[in-house]
Amino acid sequence: MTAVPDIEFRAVTKRYGAVTAVSGIDLAIPPSAFVALLGPSGCGKTTCLRMIGGFEQPSEGHVLIRGRDMAGTPPYRRPVNMVFQQYALFPHLDVEDNISYGLRQARPRLTSREISLKAVEALAMVQLAGYGRRKIHELSGGQQQRVALARALVNKPAVLLLDEPLAALDKKLRTDMQIELQNLQREIGITFVLVTHDQEEALSMSDFVCVMNGGRIVQLGQPSEIYDEPADLFVADFVGKTNLLSGKVAGLSGDRVDVALADGTVISARKRVPLSRGEAVSVSLRPESLSLTAPGSGSLQGIVRNRIFLGSTAEYAIEVQGIGSLLAKADHLIGQGNLFKPGEPVAIGFAAGAPLAFPTSKNNGTNQREDHHVEIVS
Amino acid sequence: MPAGTEAAFSMRGNLLRRNLLTALLLAPATLWLVVFLVLPFVAIAIFSVGERAPEGGYQAALTFAQYANLPARATAFWNTMVLAPAGALACLLVAYPVAYYLALRAPQRWRLILLALIVIPFWTSLLMRTYAWMYILGGRGIPALLAYVGIEDLRLINTSGAVLLGIVYGYLPLMILPIYVSLERLDRRLLEASADLGATPVSTFLGVTLRLSLPGVMTGFSLVMILLLGEYLIPTLLGGGKVFFIGNALVDLFLQSRNWPFGSAIAITLVAVSVVVLIVANRISTRLSGARRVDLI
Repeated sequence: MTAVPDIEFRAVTKRYGAVTAVSGIDLAIPPSAFVALLGPSGCGKTTCLRMIGGFEQPSEGHVLIRGRDMAGTPPYRRPVNMVFQQYALFPHLDVEDNISYGLRQARPRLTSREISLKAVEALAMVQLAGYGRRKIHELSGGQQQRVALARALVNKPAVLLLDEPLAALDKKLRTDMQIELQNLQREIGITFVLVTHDQEEALSMSDFVCVMNGGRIVQLGQPSEIYDEPADLFVADFVGKTNLLSGKVAGLSGDRVDVALADGTVISARKRVPLSRGEAVSVSLRPESLSLTAPGSGSLQGIVRNRIFLGSTAEYAIEVQGIGSLLAKADHLIGQGNLFKPGEPVAIGFAAGAPLAFPTSKNNGTNQREDHHVEIVS
Repeated sequence: MPAGTEAAFSMRGNLLRRNLLTALLLAPATLWLVVFLVLPFVAIAIFSVGERAPEGGYQAALTFAQYANLPARATAFWNTMVLAPAGALACLLVAYPVAYYLALRAPQRWRLILLALIVIPFWTSLLMRTYAWMYILGGRGIPALLAYVGIEDLRLINTSGAVLLGIVYGYLPLMILPIYVSLERLDRRLLEASADLGATPVSTFLGVTLRLSLPGVMTGFSLVMILLLGEYLIPTLLGGGKVFFIGNALVDLFLQSRNWPFGSAIAITLVAVSVVVLIVANRISTRLSGARRVDLI
């Protein structure tokens, strides 16, 4: 693919005194992508976003926007706009003046007619037509969110940056906004870069998820890839719920590995990195990949401790002797009444492809990847 | 008795007790204000429509002659009305960059120390400090130094300029602090948002920083302005009887010529001017900073 990436990081490192926030990141984001930077707090995702916006300068390396090196370019000369956490709307201006703030800075100057036309258009785009003369403090959180979106998008940026945009909204509103953001991105067709610590948000909205930890990119891929084929133990644990079973490598064959669990049970798992015999490993098993059956048939035997009924599904905490508590998720089929009760013995089974073995290491394996250069191929 | 009624009764009891407590807590301050502010003010208002007794003081009457006589102190009014706003403005121009530096540029660990340095001069009486300026500006101060380099016969003391300098020096902290507070409270992300939307540092300053610090500016300005309207010390010491303020006129009328009614009329006029200044300042600041109200009075 020869298209110039919208955003490119070349060996970018950012240090604050002795602390390294971002360490040697290479990343290329193609045009018209919805990319989420996902990671726990302090992983460097916000620093990356702020380096694109121009609020931080890389200590080493280069940030390019549409092929242009941004070194020394201040935020007000960059073709990107940001939706800030908590929105940062101007309290002394009304909704329309907030939205037209960027338009008023444009040189050559726009006529006031053009400005107000564009502002009204932007308001309609975020479904706030008629709210132009409202004060900011008269708006609800969701409405403020929309104003912040309109204020950024009205400038027709090459890339829209979103810093935890939904964190301040309640759950219902968040889901609505997720859908709306997705639609907006498709309609406008520009690149969205979203920073979030919420893995559900990252998975549900974006075309690509870039999982970060300790200032590095741990994995980059489509949401389903990240979930199904986590690159390491950190990703497996951070993205979605999973059961981690510790054990030792008992045998190797091709891309599969036999793992002896703490209670002596040997299970076969897939591996993504080279492992050696006797090495301590953790096996990741997603709760929904576990199937519960009557005792005696499955790979592991346990006793139901808790049942959390969630309507369409039910979650079970199952105590397995010698291994610990496992979380299992089962679809609830109406009328079948196949719910297990607390105290009941059950057998746990799983598909052969479900278990994934990772080396157990203190740093969660994040520093083991040799190639930090990741490119999205779309 | 239904439970609800009982609850209502006990709530009423609580309310009564709360009101009583509020009244008790407010009583000392209220008493103080009535005895030392309201009553004197009423007395002055009554004096101002009276007549001067032959031997000085006050004699009951109902006349507006004292107010009609106000132009007799036109110079003092003029000086005050020019130098008070000019002084407040000069204070503002010096104070804003200092407050801006303190709130937005100074390293965090230096901030408190620098703020303390600004406030410390307040621990010495203004009288002492103004005396010091008398010597600095007087014949043996700066003019003597300038004489060495050939600039002779420069008079600094007893001029409007000296009074202005004294005013800026004396009232600077009162201007810096409210501006500092409003800049300190400023959400830094608004500045980033402004830059993000394409505003140069200058337009960000004018469109966001200055705009949102205006309540502090107006508070500082009206505070200094009102104190200056009643200023007496600085014009006396640094203006040397040549630059007469209303404050000086009042001292003269009450203590020297014992014309209480005329003094009272001037005092009432001064209060009226102060109130107008406050209201106008409050209006402007409310208008400019959006919906936020600024509580000055």
